Amino acid sequence: MGLILSLLVQGVQMALVVALAPVLTGVVRKVKARLTRRRGAPVLQPWRDILKLLRKEAIVADSASWVFRAAPYVIFAATWVAAALVPTFATNLQFSWSADLIAIVALLGLARFALALAGMDVGTAFGGLGASREMLFATVAEPAMLLITFTLALAAGSSQLSTIAGAMAGPEMGLRVSLGMALVALTLVALAENGRIPVDNPATHLELTMVHEAMVLEYSGRHLAMIELAASLKLLLSLSLIGCVFFPWGIAAPGDGVTTHLTAAALYLAKIALGGTALAIFETAVAKMRVFRVPDFLGIALMLGLLGTLLLFVSRGL
Amino acid sequence: MDLTPLANADLRSTPLRRDHCTLSDWSTACAALEAGKLTLLALWGEAAAVRMALLDEGAGRIGVLTLPAETAFPSVGRHHPPAQRLERAVADLWGLAPAGAPDARPWLGHTAPYPFLPVEGDSLHQVPVGPVHAGIIEPGHFRFTAQGETVVRLEERLGYVHKGIEALMTGAGLARGAELAGRTSGDSCVAYQWAFAQAAEAALACPAPPRAQHIRAVLAELERLANHLGDIGAICNDAAFAMMLAQCSILRERLLRATDLAFGHRMGKDVIAPGGVTRDLTPDGVAALEAALAEVAGRLPRLVALYDGTASLQDRTVGTGRLSPDLARQFGAGGFVGRASGRSFDTRRALPYAPYDALAFAVATRDGGCVNARVWVRFDEVQESLGLLSQLLASLPGGPVRTDLLPARATEGAEGIGLVEGFRGDVFVHLALGPDGRIARCHLRDPSWFQWPLLEAAIEGNIIADFPLCNKSFNCSYSGHDL
Repeated sequence: MGLILSLLVQGVQMALVVALAPVLTGVVRKVKARLTRRRGAPVLQPWRDILKLLRKEAIVADSASWVFRAAPYVIFAATWVAAALVPTFATNLQFSWSADLIAIVALLGLARFALALAGMDVGTAFGGLGASREMLFATVAEPAMLLITFTLALAAGSSQLSTIAGAMAGPEMGLRVSLGMALVALTLVALAENGRIPVDNPATHLELTMVHEAMVLEYSGRHLAMIELAASLKLLLSLSLIGCVFFPWGIAAPGDGVTTHLTAAALYLAKIALGGTALAIFETAVAKMRVFRVPDFLGIALMLGLLGTLLLFVSRGL
Repeated sequence: MDLTPLANADLRSTPLRRDHCTLSDWSTACAALEAGKLTLLALWGEAAAVRMALLDEGAGRIGVLTLPAETAFPSVGRHHPPAQRLERAVADLWGLAPAGAPDARPWLGHTAPYPFLPVEGDSLHQVPVGPVHAGIIEPGHFRFTAQGETVVRLEERLGYVHKGIEALMTGAGLARGAELAGRTSGDSCVAYQWAFAQAAEAALACPAPPRAQHIRAVLAELERLANHLGDIGAICNDAAFAMMLAQCSILRERLLRATDLAFGHRMGKDVIAPGGVTRDLTPDGVAALEAALAEVAGRLPRLVALYDGTASLQDRTVGTGRLSPDLARQFGAGGFVGRASGRSFDTRRALPYAPYDALAFAVATRDGGCVNARVWVRFDEVQESLGLLSQLLASLPGGPVRTDLLPARATEGAEGIGLVEGFRGDVFVHLALGPDGRIARCHLRDPSWFQWPLLEAAIEGNIIADFPLCNKSFNCSYSGHDL
């Protein structure tokens, strides 16, 4: 029974994240539209776009190699697996033994690597520009993410997400300065990872300012659909991660019944919607920063992660 | 230099004398331009002559030199770089070669492959952008040479929207000419049509009635307001601050609708015609305009506060794309480009025309020369335009709105000049009528001719990602420039 339920939960989770990701993107766009006094497209529009793209012909540049054609699938697969590992509404995932924060960082790194390669593969100026900016950001974002992982792992005694979520939800985990720092740092890294304002503008048409969009400019059809879906998945993953680590209330623990699981799922949806709305409000209130300011911005995340880790060491030493 | 070949500032009301100048006059003028004593207003070609309009800013005088030329003329650009692109356009359109010009490549003509300037150096790479861009903007090619993210050189390639406006003008009647003028650059149709009307009225020495002058000024200020509001929003949107675009777009739309109610066209197109205006302003129209202006005036302080108070936005605009005052002065840059770099030239003030000579307003000037300064000049001009419009609407004189121009007066051909402050800067029109009263030659000079080259200078040393912001803050016209 336990195995069946956890298999079922894992299956539901994998399907759920894919189904939900474009809707979350749609919600963020809708809220942003309302905030700027526009009506905005329906929240299901990203899904419609993806389905439309899947039906369309994929045009590949003459100068593109197999890397360009393979990259969308690698990106999508890596992001999907990463998103499936993060506990959304239940911690008893079948694959939770592998749901390690470090594994998730590595999977996202793999997707980023494939995307940057694809951006450079076509040989256009914009692809190279985007890839070089993405890598510039990644050199700071990835260590920051690892330091956040260390902070959490030190606090919870494991880098495994289900354990962290369990420990965070538990009564013995009080308010800690380090965790606050980790939350801020994780938010900053998530903004950069997802190419959101103030790091990148997902809605821009200005080729020269793009980061993520510049690398995918040459994609079309099913390739673009994969990349769009992966980008949505990544946003959902980031929000889920923040939700499960810092706001794990109501998450279903191993051994809970079906009803608890359903309540947990409803709560999860509410958390994600809230996170998406907060993101939209934040994005409306600030302008994009200069490209060379982004490493400073991510440097804050890096420092906060480092401080969090050090503080935990010190407090443990006492 | 001796200004005797230059005519007086009342060129807008009297026909222009067409005196041929000598080569030595021409080179004296070149030397004065080089020395910065005169400002180049325009340089254009005719069937067998090259003409150059000069401005003496200190004395507030304009003069036009006419140099007969069969195949070539002495280059002005050799002494005065702002003339280079104008000369290349003359060579393309009239086959008159500037002798000794430093740059012999075509400019508006696109028949042969175009060699870009060579670049040499370590780890430089080129980024070609355009002519087709994402988004709804006009076509133009930008060739960036960058070292990493830093722009080492930007080279513009324009002429993609050459429509042959000046060729269409030749032989057309005045009414058709006014229509063509209004379609040279869509966002400045009022300024163009007013400048064209001024030129026609000057050529025929037949000024428009006072009420028509007032209505023209109302249209011109509405155009300025709408475009400045659109620009402020668009500049902020290029820094991914969509809120400002949303707020400004609403105000702009309110103004356009009020203009539509008052004048029957959202942009005020074809209202201004030689001899006056085609449509009188009714009390209902005045009421619609006043309501829209009150809304703009009410919201403006909040927009200023939003811009001023958003640190992340200021971080992008302050110090970005700095244009030096010397370059602005050398190129005679008009509009917000010049005024944000300390060149306080405004045709409405420096060479006033009715009804501005009787109105109170300040010329907004800033010294920063950066994107931020250009945004502030726009904000200040919005404020001034609101003040001007309330003065204009309160003091509308009575009387007719149109006089009949008498083309019969042009027995042996007459010439006139129009110079109007559009939202972008001074729009210059030179019009020559034939004996039959039809247009013999009409030259329209967009302010962008002297702003596009400055964009190349302003972006140097900035990062590539800041180019859209700089470009939007210049907001030069492609269509008006490409003719």
